[in-house]
Amino acid sequence: MSVAALRQVEVDYAGRGKALGPFSLDIGAGEIVALVGPSGCGKSTALRLLAGLEAPTRGEVARTPGRGETAVVFQAPTLAPWLSARANVALPLELAGVGRREAAARAEAALARVGLGAAADARPAQLSGGMAMRVSLARALVTEPKLLLLDEPFAALDEITRRALADDVLALWAQAKPAIVFVTHNVEEAAYMADRVAVMTRGPGRIAGEAKVAGPLPRPTGFRTAAAFRDTVEAVSGLLGQGMAA
Amino acid sequence: MRRLAAIAAPVALIVLLLAAWEIACRALAVPAYFLPTPSAIGQALIADWPTLLASAWATLRMALMALVVASLIAQGVALAVALSPTAERAVRPLAVVLQVTPVVAIAPLVLIWAGIDHPTRAIVALAAIVAFFPIFSGALTGLKSADPDLERLFDLYGASRGQRLVRLRLPSAVPFLLEGHKVAAGLAVIGAVVAEFVAGSGGAQGLAWRILEAGNRLQTAKMFAALVVLGLMGALLHALLEAGEKAGLRWWRGR
Repeated sequence: MSVAALRQVEVDYAGRGKALGPFSLDIGAGEIVALVGPSGCGKSTALRLLAGLEAPTRGEVARTPGRGETAVVFQAPTLAPWLSARANVALPLELAGVGRREAAARAEAALARVGLGAAADARPAQLSGGMAMRVSLARALVTEPKLLLLDEPFAALDEITRRALADDVLALWAQAKPAIVFVTHNVEEAAYMADRVAVMTRGPGRIAGEAKVAGPLPRPTGFRTAAAFRDTVEAVSGLLGQGMAA
Repeated sequence: MRRLAAIAAPVALIVLLLAAWEIACRALAVPAYFLPTPSAIGQALIADWPTLLASAWATLRMALMALVVASLIAQGVALAVALSPTAERAVRPLAVVLQVTPVVAIAPLVLIWAGIDHPTRAIVALAAIVAFFPIFSGALTGLKSADPDLERLFDLYGASRGQRLVRLRLPSAVPFLLEGHKVAAGLAVIGAVVAEFVAGSGGAQGLAWRILEAGNRLQTAKMFAALVVLGLMGALLHALLEAGEKAGLRWWRGR
């Protein structure tokens, strides 16, 4: 069953010309799709279309999740500096009209799920980059979304934190299995986290090709050295090369 | 050690300059009405201390009243303007005209409107005009400075206009408001002093009046004493506001 789909969408920006398309992508329920492509190919634009934050100039966007059932994690943690971690996570619930006490309780539970139960009272400035990104993840998960969109969420983090967070995201995904679309520059990260990698051409981006990733999700220890992983990385790298030449 | 040097260096320079001044005045026998010695200024400061303190308080009180008036009006207008692009287009040019018109030029008009018998009202009004712009500008910039991704998040979760204002735009504006108030407080003191000069009346009994009064009587040491108090008051106010801004920002971002 499809959760969201972009059908032959194109996006034109005044003064900048075409940013995306024609571009099509279908996201199945519980599926993890990585969107890989060169800078400026329109990956983030595609994500904003899926989130309903932007409308296409041409083409169609189909989405089954209702309001509050789509969550986005941005490249930066995007936390309100004046709010505690708990209040930041509770924000989407409170905007949806959930009572303050219930929202706080659910926020604390979400923080505990990302391993930050003890940091509920901390302000964003008191958290490390990785911790702030976990809070951002907790905020996205607190509404129990059907579609989770991640826009290069680990780009600003060091390699060790990136890998730890990738495993955390997969473990969290396994609990409720929302459909996930995540944008990344990193081919290995895409092959590790997704069960399908969609590779885009350079801007205005189109689909250059797709690669399926074999193997169970969440990934078992040592998956990065497995043949399936290496094969996908090679296939995606090949598609990326074709996309750049296109 | 570095902290000590930071304090010692300016103090040493001031002591050195004062000593040079004292020696030069005595050696060249400079008349006291032209340039009094620092020791004479010190004596005037001690002798007139109660009057100067009362006048400093009068000026400070007028400046603070002006700051409150300017703060209320500027924030109210900024809020209205932030909510309506049409209101912004209407108000901005007027606000800029108000900012670039010298307060000295408007003062006679304000004095007539306030009534000759109420110089304090006129001084507060003029100082408020000077203090208005930094708060208005800071509030307006702040209200529009929310993180674009947070704005998108509010879009995503279908926030109402009220929720967006109260939960995103107003808190985002806090650092800009703190900065605006810091600048405005300094300007309010300047505005109050300038307005006192223009009013040229003893009705308000502020520091500027003490300077005018001493100048008219050629009591130059007293003029300097009033200037010293004015400078000290300004420095103290600046330090207080800087500390207030830092504390405000610490509260805002939790560290």
